[in-house]
Amino acid sequence: MDFDWMKVPYALLTLFIVFNFGLLQTALIQKIAARVGRRHGIPVWQNYIDLIKNYGQRSSITHGVMFYLGPVFRLSGGVGLLLFVPSLYGSEMFSNFSFAGDLILALYFVFFGTLGMALGAGESGHPHAAIGVSRGLAQVTAAELPFALAVFSVALQYQTLSVTEIVAAQQGGFLNWTVFTNPLAVTAAMLSFLGSMMRPPFDVVLAPQEIPIGPPTEYHSSYLALMQTNRAIFPVAKIVIYMNLFFGGATIWPEFFLKVFCIYLWSAFVGVVFPRFRVEQSIRWFLIWAVPIGVLSILIL
Amino acid sequence: MKPELMKRMVKGPDGLEFEVEPLRDYYCEAAPTVMPGAYIKIVEDLFNWARSESIWILGFGTGCGAIEMRPLMTPRFDAYRYGVQWRPTPRQANLFIISGYLSVKTLKRAIRSYEQMQSPKYVIGLGSCTINGGMYWDSYNTIKRLDDYLPVDLYIAGCMPRPEALLAGFEDLKKIIRAGKGEGANQYAANFDWYKANQKKVIHDWDMPDYNW
Repeated sequence: MDFDWMKVPYALLTLFIVFNFGLLQTALIQKIAARVGRRHGIPVWQNYIDLIKNYGQRSSITHGVMFYLGPVFRLSGGVGLLLFVPSLYGSEMFSNFSFAGDLILALYFVFFGTLGMALGAGESGHPHAAIGVSRGLAQVTAAELPFALAVFSVALQYQTLSVTEIVAAQQGGFLNWTVFTNPLAVTAAMLSFLGSMMRPPFDVVLAPQEIPIGPPTEYHSSYLALMQTNRAIFPVAKIVIYMNLFFGGATIWPEFFLKVFCIYLWSAFVGVVFPRFRVEQSIRWFLIWAVPIGVLSILIL
Repeated sequence: MKPELMKRMVKGPDGLEFEVEPLRDYYCEAAPTVMPGAYIKIVEDLFNWARSESIWILGFGTGCGAIEMRPLMTPRFDAYRYGVQWRPTPRQANLFIISGYLSVKTLKRAIRSYEQMQSPKYVIGLGSCTINGGMYWDSYNTIKRLDDYLPVDLYIAGCMPRPEALLAGFEDLKKIIRAGKGEGANQYAANFDWYKANQKKVIHDWDMPDYNW
């Protein structure tokens, strides 16, 4: 097979840009949420400092091999998701390692990090971690259903499993975007999006006010720093998929930043307006409101 | 010692008998060691700056002073803008605020929480009770001098100090950390025997290992 090695440094460049953008964007969203609560909130650069501090902690302890691998799996889930879908459509530099069936791989990578986390948190031996991760898996699974249905619907609509081709079909004016050609699928996917961003009302898994603090209870120092790195990359990588499938993708970086930020803002907006759901409430909510819309979007196609 | 912490034989669900020794099975008994900073000074300075600008407090209130910490999270004082956050688990926390009087019963939990925090870690004594007992100076059940049991980096005096005093205290702690003087964890490790002797002098029902990380 002929492989263009120049893709590797380009992909790393994408990773670097997305990492920094993710750190700043997460802080900005936190700041917006704080403003709603009439606080000033953290400085925009706070995430960088937290990251340096956690990498610079002197001691760290381990609970076993899976405890090590948990954050590594999580990070590789985020990085893999980012690297196998095109960031910018039509760009030689930022198409990354996208290929014909990358949509299936992306669906898999969305779930991969959570599974790795389940193994790692399970080995930490802390009961709060085990409870948190079983709650998390239940909720993410329920939230993933409508997204999977929406992806099938979009794949049927465009008769392809390649993200690049789906983006190509949406070019030529915003009325060609899936959000206008297949609104039901996008509705189901955007409802599912709320559940996977770990923001209220669906953040009972990680919220410090609930069973402290869920899966990462035992994680500290550089383990936690790895997971923070993933917290910067993974949301952006996931939004890139949403942007490519439903909102016409992006051709230049400013368009990319704007679209990713607006999609992220959707979950922040819902988060500051609505109070937190319990896990069984949120599962019921996904099954009642989001899944039927997803099924309908496939049926009427 | 409590019966559930004793060494004993247990019969598993599959009929096999095995020995359980909770103190050894649940905890590690290795004593703490002095951990030097980064070898290159400029790197250690960078880390110290980051540590000072990103202070994560253990969400554990020991006395009435805990009520003074809550307003710091709210719009009026908003400590988050100074890089101060609260973490619900000792693993992720760097700063332990002993907020007010510390009863002997709570001291036991405070020691366990402190030892589970990762180095470098800092302790603030909040209120007069941590300095000399304060209004509990003749109480039979509170400790009088926190510094005998945990290495304290900074005291914030008053009964109670207001949230503004806490904010000023954080700024002072930042100066201490940035100057490289926030070495409480190493001090605790170096004088481990002395601290343990003091702790065991007041805690009579000592039913945990000497050190549990």
